[in-house]
Amino acid sequence: MIAEIGHFALILALAVAVVQSLVPLAGAQRGDAAWMAVAGPASMAQFLFVGVAFAALTHAYMVSDFSVLNVAQNSHTDKPMLYKVTGVWGNHEGSLLLWITILALFGAAVTAFGRNLPPGLKARALSIQAMVSVGFLLFILLTSNPFERLDPAPFNGQGLNPLLQDPGLAFHPPFLYLGYVGFSMAFSFAIAALIEGRVDPAWARWVRPWTLAAWIFLTCGIVLGSWWAYYELGWGGWWYWDPVENASFMPWLAGTALLHSAVVVEKRDALKSWTILLAIVTFGLSLLGTFLVRSGVITSVHAFASDPGRGVFILGLLTVVVGGSFMLYAVRAPSLKVGGLFAPISREGALLLNNVLMATGAGTVLLGTLYPLFADALDLGKVSVGPPFFNSVFLPLMVPMVLAMAIGPLLAWKRGDLPGVLSRLKLAVALSAAVAAATWVLQGGSAGPWWAAGGMGLATWLFLGTLAEFAERVRLFRSPAQALGRALALPRAAWGMTLAHAGLAIFIAGMTASSAWKEEKVQTMKVGDTVEVSGYAFTLAAVRDVEGPNYLATEGTFEVRTGGELFATVTPEKRTYRQPPRPTTEAAIVGTFLGDVYAVIGDADPQGGGWVTRLYFNPLVPWMWAGALIMVVGGVVSLSDRRHRVGAPTRARGSRPAAAKA
Amino acid sequence: MTRKRRRLYFLVLGLLAVSAAAALVLSALSEDIVFFFSPSEIVDAKTPTEGRRIRLGGLVGEGSVVKEGATVKFDVTDGAHTIPVVFTGVLPDLFREGQGVVTEGRMEAGTFQAAEVLAKHDENYMPKEVAESLKKTGHWQGDGTTQN
Repeated sequence: MIAEIGHFALILALAVAVVQSLVPLAGAQRGDAAWMAVAGPASMAQFLFVGVAFAALTHAYMVSDFSVLNVAQNSHTDKPMLYKVTGVWGNHEGSLLLWITILALFGAAVTAFGRNLPPGLKARALSIQAMVSVGFLLFILLTSNPFERLDPAPFNGQGLNPLLQDPGLAFHPPFLYLGYVGFSMAFSFAIAALIEGRVDPAWARWVRPWTLAAWIFLTCGIVLGSWWAYYELGWGGWWYWDPVENASFMPWLAGTALLHSAVVVEKRDALKSWTILLAIVTFGLSLLGTFLVRSGVITSVHAFASDPGRGVFILGLLTVVVGGSFMLYAVRAPSLKVGGLFAPISREGALLLNNVLMATGAGTVLLGTLYPLFADALDLGKVSVGPPFFNSVFLPLMVPMVLAMAIGPLLAWKRGDLPGVLSRLKLAVALSAAVAAATWVLQGGSAGPWWAAGGMGLATWLFLGTLAEFAERVRLFRSPAQALGRALALPRAAWGMTLAHAGLAIFIAGMTASSAWKEEKVQTMKVGDTVEVSGYAFTLAAVRDVEGPNYLATEGTFEVRTGGELFATVTPEKRTYRQPPRPTTEAAIVGTFLGDVYAVIGDADPQGGGWVTRLYFNPLVPWMWAGALIMVVGGVVSLSDRRHRVGAPTRARGSRPAAAKA
Repeated sequence: MTRKRRRLYFLVLGLLAVSAAAALVLSALSEDIVFFFSPSEIVDAKTPTEGRRIRLGGLVGEGSVVKEGATVKFDVTDGAHTIPVVFTGVLPDLFREGQGVVTEGRMEAGTFQAAEVLAKHDENYMPKEVAESLKKTGHWQGDGTTQN
């Protein structure tokens, strides 16, 4: 019964979304306030109905109602409650329901917090949002109904893929979707602005908090996924340039560019049509990501089983959304008024450089991700494009961007003084060169990879450049006494930028070190054997069988010694789940300031020669997670800035024609 | 600076970035992409595969998996032909006899020296290339990709 209520609620939500996508838009075109006012209640109703559907499915999972096909296929009574709930989005139908729930949530949030929005812009944006809803609701109802019944109901379910029974992955999809779907806000506002033919700093102030929130969520989602791959898959790696990973990374790149170009629109009233284009592209890439993950058109090392029929539907949706938007952009963008002028060497110029490089980077990732499809279609053979391609194409493009990142914030708006800035960064240049040289010497010259020194130097450069900008802002060296007071009085957005840029610098250091100097040893070990990795001696002390709530495991106990002293005792496991019967690897990781000690136990050697073990030392990996966390904190601090508060800004220069009419 | 000059600057910057990217992409495409082969295609030897980094995909031969310490030997087959594979390391959790597999490495004297055996998240998942090459040799059974 409850499942039927859920299904019915989805149909009602579709009906509401259809009304919301047509009436307010028509009202805004005609200047009819009553029609425009439909958008608010409609978005709330849509959220209510979708929320009921989501609650109904969650209920079915919590009480293990196996007469619902989706629950029977993906849950099991033995599962801990946490994974029963997160199992809701651990499958195709449920994850789409989560997607549409978040979309409706954002729509409702615009209504709740957007009281100061001009009615015309709000009505149009909510209509566009509802059009996206209609597409996805149709998709769910026509191809992926989560409430389909199963008769007779089985005694128990088939269980959730044990790889997904993990806290890191349990919350990875919701964050990723909050990011993807969050960019739909920027998209809706961009299309609304195109229809109105007006983009101004006030528009950018409305769009920035949504974009920033989406960026924060997407960053969290990507990092959670990467962290999960690092400790759960037991390969000691954290990024594989796999199509599924690229699918989330492309919108992140475009979204980061959008975040920065929106600053230029807000502060300088320039780069307007470029920002609109970025908003469209970012959401388009989010949809493309959904398509790539859900259609299975590209072989991915961690692909999910999928259904090509559904892929065709999403591809159609993608074509309509992106094609329609580009067409509207082509027609309307030339009529947007060109705003403030600036010299090439200026803060705007630096932000533009960042944008161009980010967009080009996203383009190369897109090309590499889709190349196997093109090659197959053009009969060039079956190819796979892996890490070597992306490392040799994407990373070089990011080098000039990081170089410019340290300089850009120090340049003045409109016209900057590059030689002046460089002379102020003399110390940073010298120290970065020193770090690069020290890295080269410490790794034994050409004994390590040639790029490691460059990467560490670049990280130092960005970190010091960011600190220099902050020090200058608070006049740390000119009047140190008042610096603290000035720092506290700085706008939170300034703090946010400093934190995010410094976080990226720390991330780059971690990324470089872990790629350059990772040490890995694979061997069979008997109890009592010792293997040394990067100065850590791993002794296999014991192997025993343990039993968990829904799995059996082989647990190895390693005593790790460094310099003869016991450093840690770690217990990696190889688990075999009961339902579904499937093995997983649980790596044991001990983090230190300088890196992770990482141990994995594998199968027993059939000849009785012990167990296969993999032991790693992954240098500076904790720096990566710390750096990413600092970036996210920077985003949150910036979002808490008074000027970014959702709905806070009011249009500065008079009211607009549409608003006046209303 | 006039509008025209700004537009020019924008264009030059964009062109520079795109041409740098294009140069990088072209050089990477000639060196860094990996072609997929089925066992039959390797045996046919229409394209020389010896010593090149390639992917080999098919089914893991029934009864072919032999573990010697950390080294694993197994056969990859598409029904028509079989290639012996040697791999040192821990196999992905979902590696099983009779199931689809994709490995990456080099052919050396008739044996495939695998550097990687790719993992899957889902045991019902069959790599697309493997499914197609199995269909070609007529060893395709059922449609393993539509589960879920």
